[in-house]
Amino acid sequence: MKRALSYLGLAAVAVYCLAPFYWMVASALRRPQDQFDNSPVPSPVSTENFRAVFGGHNGFGRALLNSVIVAGTTTVLTLVVGVFTAYALARLEFRFKNAVLGLVIATTMFPGVSQLVPLLKLFTDIGWINTYQAMVVPSLGFALPLSVWLLTAFFRQLPFELEQAAMVDGCTRGQAFRKIIVPLAAPGVFTTAILTFIAAWNEFLIALSMVNRKEMQTATVAISKFTGVSGFDQPFGTQMAAGAVVTVPLIAVVLVFQRRIVAGLTAGGVK
Amino acid sequence: MSTVSRSAAVRTARKPRPSGGRRGERRMAALLLSPTLLVLALVVGYPVLAGLRESLYARGNGLDADGFVVQGDKFVGLDNYTSIFHGDRADAFWNAFTNTTFFTVTTVALETVIGVGMALIMHQAFRGRAVVRASILVPWAIPTAISGLLWRWIFQADGAANAVLGHQVLWTADGFAAKIAVVIAEVWKTSPFIGLLVLAGLQMVPREVHEAAKVDGASALQRFGYVTLPLIKPALLVAVLFRMLDVLRMFDLPAVLVGVNQKSVETLTMLAWFEATNLRYGSAAAYATILFGYIALIAYLFVKLLGADIIGEARRSAKGAKR
Amino acid sequence: MRRTITAGAVTCLALAALTACGGGGDGKAKAPSGALDGRGPITFVTGKDRSGNLQKQIDGWNSAHPKEQVRVVELPDEPNDQRQQMIQNAQTKSDAYGVLNLDVVWTAEFAANRWLTPLPKDQIDLSKMLPATVTTGEYREKLYAVPSTSDAGMLYYRKDLLDKAGISAAPKTYAEMWADCDKVKALPEGKGVDCYFTEVNKTESLTISAVEAVAAQGGSLLDASGKPAVNTPQVKAGIQFLADARKDHMPKEAVTLDTEGGRRYFQGGKLLFQRQWPYQYALAGKSDGSSKVAGKFAVAPLPGPNGPGVANLGGHNLAISAFAKNKATAFDFIKYLTGEQAQRANLLATSQAPTVASLYDDPALAKQFPYLPVLKQAITTAKPRPVVVKYGDVTAAIQGSVYDAVNGRTSVDQAVTDLQGKLTTLTAAQ
Repeated sequence: MKRALSYLGLAAVAVYCLAPFYWMVASALRRPQDQFDNSPVPSPVSTENFRAVFGGHNGFGRALLNSVIVAGTTTVLTLVVGVFTAYALARLEFRFKNAVLGLVIATTMFPGVSQLVPLLKLFTDIGWINTYQAMVVPSLGFALPLSVWLLTAFFRQLPFELEQAAMVDGCTRGQAFRKIIVPLAAPGVFTTAILTFIAAWNEFLIALSMVNRKEMQTATVAISKFTGVSGFDQPFGTQMAAGAVVTVPLIAVVLVFQRRIVAGLTAGGVK
Repeated sequence: MSTVSRSAAVRTARKPRPSGGRRGERRMAALLLSPTLLVLALVVGYPVLAGLRESLYARGNGLDADGFVVQGDKFVGLDNYTSIFHGDRADAFWNAFTNTTFFTVTTVALETVIGVGMALIMHQAFRGRAVVRASILVPWAIPTAISGLLWRWIFQADGAANAVLGHQVLWTADGFAAKIAVVIAEVWKTSPFIGLLVLAGLQMVPREVHEAAKVDGASALQRFGYVTLPLIKPALLVAVLFRMLDVLRMFDLPAVLVGVNQKSVETLTMLAWFEATNLRYGSAAAYATILFGYIALIAYLFVKLLGADIIGEARRSAKGAKR
Repeated sequence: MRRTITAGAVTCLALAALTACGGGGDGKAKAPSGALDGRGPITFVTGKDRSGNLQKQIDGWNSAHPKEQVRVVELPDEPNDQRQQMIQNAQTKSDAYGVLNLDVVWTAEFAANRWLTPLPKDQIDLSKMLPATVTTGEYREKLYAVPSTSDAGMLYYRKDLLDKAGISAAPKTYAEMWADCDKVKALPEGKGVDCYFTEVNKTESLTISAVEAVAAQGGSLLDASGKPAVNTPQVKAGIQFLADARKDHMPKEAVTLDTEGGRRYFQGGKLLFQRQWPYQYALAGKSDGSSKVAGKFAVAPLPGPNGPGVANLGGHNLAISAFAKNKATAFDFIKYLTGEQAQRANLLATSQAPTVASLYDDPALAKQFPYLPVLKQAITTAKPRPVVVKYGDVTAAIQGSVYDAVNGRTSVDQAVTDLQGKLTTLTAAQ
């Protein structure tokens, strides 16, 4: 009974999340001439939209690679920087802790559109146009506040006495952190990593403005350049196909890694 | 072990610290914090300060005899701010202010309920959790511009939403239905964010705590209210807080789904965007600054009223440090 | 310790802000210069190449000019995003952008802000181009951009239904159009077919619909000197036409239909008369099942109150960024792309309307694109949208007032009074 209920619940969650996504994939699998069809299952199924995504002059494969580089680098840097900062905020004693936390979160309170022109001027002046760092550094800045706050909350959620016990047992602070905190906080760290990666993966405005060479553009920028065959013709099917192409690998990677990472890290913990 | 005795244990454990000295600790804190602060200073601090300066200037006002825009900045003091509250622009401002607030209240409330529900369901699950957990990422992972298009398509007059409803609602025309369309699309997209973070919080609650409560004979509801909720509260509050900050700056989704310059879905960020695209950077910066003030106020009240643990404990330990 | 770091960060920021605000002439930023000199590699900044034809033309140029290579900088598909990127480039005074592919309504703003290099009229032959298109590249009598493509609305109509109803010619006046609708609706085939559609959703398209409706009445939103003249009988009549048409003759969901939505509606066989751009002609004529009206429609000039109506002018012009390098090369490249040969190839590949007049009279082309005579007529008599520096504000104001009137939220009189007030403020400095 309980088991059945739980499956029912899971099914409800899956349907809620996946129904619109199904519509997206279904729209992508229609033939271009059936694009405006409303039937629940595309018939006949066509991969033409997917071929169009990778076809021609889109450079979409290269754009995907660029997105992986930018989002991957951003995630790694965010975690490294964020974990240390969060550890300091959660475990060390110093003044102005509130001020630091406040300052960090205050940086997420300005609308992104207003930061664009000054950053563009700055990066033009220092010759960063058409470079990866011009996309990574802003993404890092946008991702850090959430990561720092989340990791701080997660670290704080862990009982302090575990670490203290380890330190009494002769571990250094660093060892205690690595062997106790990190494994226990793994679900939180992993979730933070996913959220950071997705945010960087979907960043558009900066990536569009800082790059004018096709070989440096990211996937979201490439999608914005999709066009129909003529003036006003909107390439809805191709855009939906591209949406599926940028989303599905992300989910697959999460699926493969989540069990391993979480299991691997917690194995070393005290559970 | 109950939570009360646990945190008491934490507090007593904290007193006899292994030595190392506050001074060293402070130095280490500074070292650990500086990379974050440096990046934020460069990426956000600098543009914000540039924007603040900009908001006191006006430029490109008027044409010369040959039809060229007069070049150069002019210091105008607070004119960019005060003019927002005059005439037509005041109406537009309060309209956008109301929309922004409406979107924030409705979407964050719905997302929190749906997100926590999702997390609890997934946490209870025996099998299939990994797959569902990955699938709830889907809405969050689709780029906003694409999901905006997808929903625009679903909400077309002859689209899937009306086909399911069997009734023609003009979702994408300027009007109340457009607001609802934005709320639906936004909640769909972002409730996984809360769900995921709450699930992570739940997974970090040691199993013994739950089992102890079960042995004590607490009902499921009691266990949630008295045991689970307090333990996941930090993660949940941070998640909700960041959702609020995000939705208060909402721009892409209404712009793609309904369009810009539509009264019913125009947000404060869209006003700032409109000013910037029409080259009134000073005025755009003024809107951004006002929005910043509003967001800061909301965040402050949220932290104060709900006592987001993260700050509360920080304050306590800061006091401890002074002592 | 903490304090010193905070203090350091603040000083850093303050310094950064100072240098950024005080600077301007340093780095790669260039002072604008009017001279068309310098030869070498350039960039061409444009929305994406739809057909691969642009790349062919550029390859042709590049093999003939090995030392003056052209590289394409692709911008997003959305016109607003294109304008945004170009403005950002101008803000940073960067030389990354060379030749710009501009929408016709951006000329005034870009020229007045000194983002474009003035072009010498005596060094380029514009006499072969349709005069209306050349005007869109001018600001205060000076040439800033050379027209490369044009566009104008036409009346698409269901020839099969008109034939059935015994109507031999497309309507020339609104009254004829409404009468034809009544006749077709009386037919069994006319069931479920809406009468008329022109875009009334709150976008740039609404400005276009309004300008066309007003011009058909012989009016104009701005007078000859560029002053707002909205509170006139002609303007009121034009907006009244849109409001009445929306109420009595358009599909119920008209306010949600954009350009593509209108095409879908027409291709679904649910529309008798439609104001639409030429691009629909090929798409609606496809026999692969995507269009239910293939072979059943034709085009005619837009109708008006007492005779043929007036179309609005779209299209794109090529200009040189004021901050570009190698402007002599850029100017030659513009001449190359706007030349008769390149435009013919472009028409064949993309069916975009050319600006060279003779192409419309070419029998081979007219055979492939049967709408060319109607289109030429439309472009020749077309009226531009308001030529103003603050175009973004002006079009937003027009959309706001006209949308309210068309949807019956305000009276037409109220809408024109409001609009007159708003436009007076916006054009006051001109």
